[in-house]
Amino acid sequence: MNDEPLILAFCCHYCAYAAADLAGSMRLQYPDNVRVLRLPCTGKLEANYVLAAFERGVDGVIVAGCLEGGCHFLEGNLRARKRVERVRQLLAEIGLEPERLEMFNLSSAEGPRFAEIVTAMVERVKRMGNSPLRPDRARAEEGALEMSRQAEAMLEGEKR
Amino acid sequence: MIVADRKKIPEIVDMIKDHRRVLLVGCGTCVTVCLAGGEREAGILGSALRMALRLRGRGDVTVDECTIERQCEDAFIDILAQRVSEYDAICSLGCGAGVQALAERFPRMPVYPGLDTQFMGILESQGVWAEKCSGCGNCRLGEFAGICPITRCAKRLFNGPCGGSRDGKCEINPDLGCGWQLIHDRAVALGILDRFEAIVPPHDWSTGLDGGPRKVVREDQCIAGLCTRP
Repeated sequence: MNDEPLILAFCCHYCAYAAADLAGSMRLQYPDNVRVLRLPCTGKLEANYVLAAFERGVDGVIVAGCLEGGCHFLEGNLRARKRVERVRQLLAEIGLEPERLEMFNLSSAEGPRFAEIVTAMVERVKRMGNSPLRPDRARAEEGALEMSRQAEAMLEGEKR
Repeated sequence: MIVADRKKIPEIVDMIKDHRRVLLVGCGTCVTVCLAGGEREAGILGSALRMALRLRGRGDVTVDECTIERQCEDAFIDILAQRVSEYDAICSLGCGAGVQALAERFPRMPVYPGLDTQFMGILESQGVWAEKCSGCGNCRLGEFAGICPITRCAKRLFNGPCGGSRDGKCEINPDLGCGWQLIHDRAVALGILDRFEAIVPPHDWSTGLDGGPRKVVREDQCIAGLCTRP
């Protein structure tokens, strides 16, 4: 049985997603516990996306947006930070550790920082232990994949 | 609009502790606009409740969500009738009127409030709602330069301000504007300050909630006859 934590990263297309790509191009090593979900901007993030991830058994969630002041849509990342804070409060009410959710800011040139963020988050979740809501790793993995597919379909829909 | 705020998850979990199948019902009207009980909030609460119940060893409880256009009218509630029979409790994300409308429509079904209904108010700025009307049944805004002394003055004074008005703020909260300062300033701007020289006689509170629960009846609109509900 795979007991490794599963982390879902909601990544902005203009920064963190490109940084993740760069980390790969640079052959940087980081834990393979993370699954990347692409958003057009972290301002697209809704509270129910994060809750859906936790409900499907994901152990931790990263929200990664542009550097403050550098949002492609001016202030999407600032709005996302406020939403993340509200969801953290909601997680506490639910009875799940708010530290399982964290927002980070980085630029598309920061491949090494993406690797650092993932490493730090995986270590944090390992210290806390896996989510008590996780059915089993395979089902949580399926849930994360399904959410990622839905996000990509949404992006495709917006292009049309 | 009617402004409300979501109850905390532990309180809702406690309310539904005797039930195994719960339907969350959102409302598409006022509480959607104030971001408390619309379709999106019903989805968020549903997800949060399912997780909270699982963490409390009650993962066998079913929580589903749906949202109707308006909870305070039977015509819209009718859509729910068939679905409700599959559940043993409803948690309403409507205002207090919505909760009671569902309870009246489904007499054998426990209905719980998922929101704390706050007040009638306006959107002051994005994410900020402010109380403006107490629904007193006898609107006297015309006498007070368009600012309600019942709602905006903490003491509900008709002959204000009181001694607790300091630098335009109310003594109960330094962030709260003194209602009577606001009335004064607007009366000056409108050139009607002289109207306030006369003492205002006591208000008739019987037109408000103090006179008991009220009904508004428009007989010309009562196609099916007058409603006989208590």
